[in-house]
Amino acid sequence: MRDLRAPFLPAVLVLIAAVAAIPIVTGNPSLREELFLVLMLVTLASSINIIMGYTGYVSFGHIVFFGIGGYIAFWLMQMFNVHFLLAAIASAIPAALIAALIGIPILRLRGAYFALATVGINEAMKSFMTNFEPFGGAIGMFFSFSIYQQYGGAREAAFLAYYTMAAIALATVATSYVIRRSKLGLSLMAIREDQDVAMLVGIDPARAKVMAYVISAFFPALAGATFFFKNGIIEPGPAFDLLRSIESLVMVVLGGIGTVAGPIVGAALYEWLRGFLITNATFANFQLAIAGLLLLLTVLFVTAGLVGSLRNRFPRLRAYIQ
Amino acid sequence: MSLEALLPSAIDGLMLGFVYGLAALGLTLIFGVMKVINLSHGPIIALGMFAVFILFSGFGVNPYLGVLAAALVGLLLGVAIYFVAVDRVINATELTTLLATFSVNLMIIGVATVIFTTSPRSIDIDLGALRAGNVTILGTHGVAVAVAILVAAALYGFLFRTRPGKSIRAVANNRAAAELMGIDSRRMLALAFGIGTALAMTSGALLATLFSFTILSGGTYELKSFVIVVLGGLGNPTGALVGGLVIGLLEGVLTVFIPVAWVPVVEYVIFVAVLLLRPAGLLGARA
Repeated sequence: MRDLRAPFLPAVLVLIAAVAAIPIVTGNPSLREELFLVLMLVTLASSINIIMGYTGYVSFGHIVFFGIGGYIAFWLMQMFNVHFLLAAIASAIPAALIAALIGIPILRLRGAYFALATVGINEAMKSFMTNFEPFGGAIGMFFSFSIYQQYGGAREAAFLAYYTMAAIALATVATSYVIRRSKLGLSLMAIREDQDVAMLVGIDPARAKVMAYVISAFFPALAGATFFFKNGIIEPGPAFDLLRSIESLVMVVLGGIGTVAGPIVGAALYEWLRGFLITNATFANFQLAIAGLLLLLTVLFVTAGLVGSLRNRFPRLRAYIQ
Repeated sequence: MSLEALLPSAIDGLMLGFVYGLAALGLTLIFGVMKVINLSHGPIIALGMFAVFILFSGFGVNPYLGVLAAALVGLLLGVAIYFVAVDRVINATELTTLLATFSVNLMIIGVATVIFTTSPRSIDIDLGALRAGNVTILGTHGVAVAVAILVAAALYGFLFRTRPGKSIRAVANNRAAAELMGIDSRRMLALAFGIGTALAMTSGALLATLFSFTILSGGTYELKSFVIVVLGGLGNPTGALVGGLVIGLLEGVLTVFIPVAWVPVVEYVIFVAVLLLRPAGLLGARA
């Protein structure tokens, strides 16, 4: 359904692109680093929202696809000197395939069982990589400086990574919006509300869920490839960091689960808050504890998140904010 | 590694399995009664370790008295956590309860790392050892097994012989029906959460008498508890105990044949396989 009154998607994309352009115009490297992270978190949170928000499956160990993408791309770049952009795409395709393969069996599980299975898969992958010598084992892999030569130096490579991350974030948000407005999105939300009834009205839940899972795995893999390309080093711990996975869930809930704008707002807010707490002398030590407290207050009292609450409070906004 | 190492390693693992089982028992009790996966389980295990450590190194309290103290603190802490973080969302979706208990995890870790830092600690006790052939059983390990068995037996006695225990089981079985019988389900849920937490702290306290630890050590045992609980069937206490022994034995036996670092890979593969093939656990009914 097209609604010309509410050009929501173009507005959001332009906003993200405009914010992303600030450090390029001003040439402020620390702001660029910060926004690089925010764009990455927008990608992760929006991807998780597709499987968790629309479909109702809590993918707790979703970071596994970020790690898989990072590892495959890193290996291709280091071993075969493959160009970064090619390596990123070449890493996201196997990640999506893996998502399809593991998605078919584990998406049959419901509720807590699914959440636990995703944690198990992430931990299995992490401990496997810790032992897998071709990928560097526990030490991981790292670039020599010459790798960045073909991009014109380390500084240019950092800019390339930044542009790529911005493009990935834009693509993820656009995909998230398109899914929400599509027949697939309706199927997913029907499954979320009641899978058995969804089946009765002719939806094939298995197919729709695996589709959602594969799409939600594709973008984190690209983000992982980009993040570790810029990082220059990849280790099992940071690649399959369960905490980062849970933080992405927190961003989704903070912003508003099941909405397009929620994960974006949540990611930006969470990162801003963390920056504020770390640099504030009084709060620096208690950064984690305060994050926990805020999470608890959100979960207990603002269940729908910021965007969700706004939509509930002012129903007229629903035409404008997805 | 030779086969000669197999027996002592297997016995070692099996004994550790009793303590693992105790931690898993706490997790599975909470899930069985209120369908909540307690993500603050790991930090609570770590708190058990530090409770014993503080009492021992600060006040010279016997570590095994410290274990008892840890259990009591755990009971109170668990009831408090229930009312602060869980009670309001007890009927919400699993995402909500997962995040609510995870927020408790963040708060405990956040405050405790400031107080205790992340430097490793250990409790230095020596209770001698029992030797037979190439098998050596350290006194501390023997006592830990005995305490674990005692606590598990006490839990069963409580759940099956006492009125509050039976009420908890009634609430787990059917909350609405239990309320119709005049049981205050809220109090029972809080009590169950407290007992689950007490079990986690007890196992942490026992682990502190065996190995060195940091405030972040709980995470490893939390993941191990997940594996064990799934192996025995989510919500099944006997399954958790048996699962603990299986995982302990598996660790002991595997380290003889494959490098230690590969053991977690095998554990997590088993974990995912059990979830997919027998979601009710190895002891549960067929899926």
